[in-house]
Amino acid sequence: MNNIKHRRNKKILTAVNVALLLAIYVAVFVAEQVLPQTSMLFVVLKKGSIYALIAVSMNLLNGFTGLFSLGQAGFMLIGAYVYGIFTIPEEFRQSVYQYFDGGVIHFTVPVVIALVMAGAAAAIFAALIGLPVLRLKSDYLAIATLGFAEILRALFQWKIIGPVTNGSNLLRKFPNFNDFNIKGADGKVAVYLSTLIPFIVAGICILLIVLLIRSSYGRAFRAIRDDEIAAEAMGVNLFKHKQLAFVISSFFAGVGGALLAMYQMAIQANAFTSAMTYEILLIVVIGGLGSVTGSCLGSFLFIAASEWWLRGLDGGTFLGINAPGIFRAGFRKVVFAVIIMLVVLFYRKGIMGDSEFSAKRIAERFRRIFMKRKSKIEVVENE
Amino acid sequence: MLKVENLQVNYGGIEALKGISFEVPTGKIVTLIGANGAGKTTTLRAIAGLIKPKAGAIHFEEANISGTHDAAAIVGRGITLVPEGRRIFPDMTVLENLKIGAYLRKDKLVRDIERVYSLFPRLEERSWQLGGTLSGGEQQMLAVGRALMANPKLLMMDEPSLGLAPLIVRGIFDIIREINKQGVTVLLIEQNANMALKTADFAYVMETGRITRSGTGNELLNDPTIKEAYLGTMNEDD
Repeated sequence: MNNIKHRRNKKILTAVNVALLLAIYVAVFVAEQVLPQTSMLFVVLKKGSIYALIAVSMNLLNGFTGLFSLGQAGFMLIGAYVYGIFTIPEEFRQSVYQYFDGGVIHFTVPVVIALVMAGAAAAIFAALIGLPVLRLKSDYLAIATLGFAEILRALFQWKIIGPVTNGSNLLRKFPNFNDFNIKGADGKVAVYLSTLIPFIVAGICILLIVLLIRSSYGRAFRAIRDDEIAAEAMGVNLFKHKQLAFVISSFFAGVGGALLAMYQMAIQANAFTSAMTYEILLIVVIGGLGSVTGSCLGSFLFIAASEWWLRGLDGGTFLGINAPGIFRAGFRKVVFAVIIMLVVLFYRKGIMGDSEFSAKRIAERFRRIFMKRKSKIEVVENE
Repeated sequence: MLKVENLQVNYGGIEALKGISFEVPTGKIVTLIGANGAGKTTTLRAIAGLIKPKAGAIHFEEANISGTHDAAAIVGRGITLVPEGRRIFPDMTVLENLKIGAYLRKDKLVRDIERVYSLFPRLEERSWQLGGTLSGGEQQMLAVGRALMANPKLLMMDEPSLGLAPLIVRGIFDIIREINKQGVTVLLIEQNANMALKTADFAYVMETGRITRSGTGNELLNDPTIKEAYLGTMNEDD
């Protein structure tokens, strides 16, 4: 009896979760049609969803498998370049590769295939460097992966391979999110989809990662994180599973890199610095190591704060206070650093810890508040 | 069932096992006792495929498994280790801990989970609790339950009494006997020689990498030199 009730409750909660998610997507779609395209909201939504995907992919490695890797920017770089190289339309190649005689690649693939190729290229590279690197532990692994990311950054700007990567010049004119807007007969945009597209792609990828985490593989990953020796004694092949987590995480970082390229409309290897990895690490830690929803939430908050809400601190006017003496270039970063310190101080384990944001959690929170009030009322009545 | 012949293990230049031989017959409880550093844990780790022996043979059900050095393959063959210090997964729930124990199995686990819960009703009450929040005794139950989930033919236990209150230790040993009755062969290593010898059918004494004595549990329990070296004169409390 109790079991049936429990199962029904679970079904209802799952339905509420799905409904909440759908509501978010519908809200994004509606907002895009109604609000002006120049609104900062769309910058936050686009970049936030891309960073959410990359943060979740990093969390899979750092939070769920316990591998402290700092190679994320490198894998994003591979993804971005593969996407750009294979999607620039032929008619633009001459102008993009102007110093390399139009480059050597003279074909294009559809966007969806290019996204998968971007992920696959990053995954293959991860599989190769994983062989030596994953034998290292904790800090040493972080240093090695960071090193590989830096090597990639230099390598992609190398003149010799310029006919493919365009050397240190920008790759551009490949399809971006605006190309997905549906235009009417008059040439004006009839339906805006430029924000929904990254949401959908990132959403699908995150869903795949969640399914993986919930499978028996995900359990093995967490077992490795908790105790390698015990996991091995239970028959979990340590190297195989670490390699698997590393490759899958890199795949999605590669897709994330490709999405970032679409968002920025241009790719330059020098932009994929270790600072970018640190930003994502920051999102993962603030959101909570081992929490997918935490990474998503953290990503939107981080992007909103750094790109939008705190902009005024650099520009002279913040919250209506005009003080160009204090609020000038760079002050935003000072305030931002203070906020991050406060978050880390008061939310030791990140906003979400290692639990997930869900209907169940909200329901429990409400029940607790309700119970407290009820018990208070009872106390009052007794008096 | 398990036959170890002239097993040698080195850690760097240190000889941890200097060639030991012993046997674990099917359906019995066998114990290795000895002081710290005698090589008991090393023996179990070598059998489990977690470290590579320098020389010697480990036969399990007629097959030589000493060359594999592949822990997963050995779990697959039916040997499971309950590691020293319990080593449960602290940030996973009790149920998840149990499921990891059956990681290599592809069949349904419902009946095995029920079997573990009937052995340890306490674990069922706490199935949604994180492993790290359990008490020491409960963690030991979880470690044993987790190992049973692999459906082992041979269960190896490394110091199950470590750091537990005497009453809890007695409970754990009762469970070991119960598991053995259900048809699982047990290889047990212990510093708590008194309890181990009372439980075991056959026992070996290890000293600095060698096996120095062997006999049935009762024989060794009543042996004056063993009494002196490992049991002390502490029999009053029983």
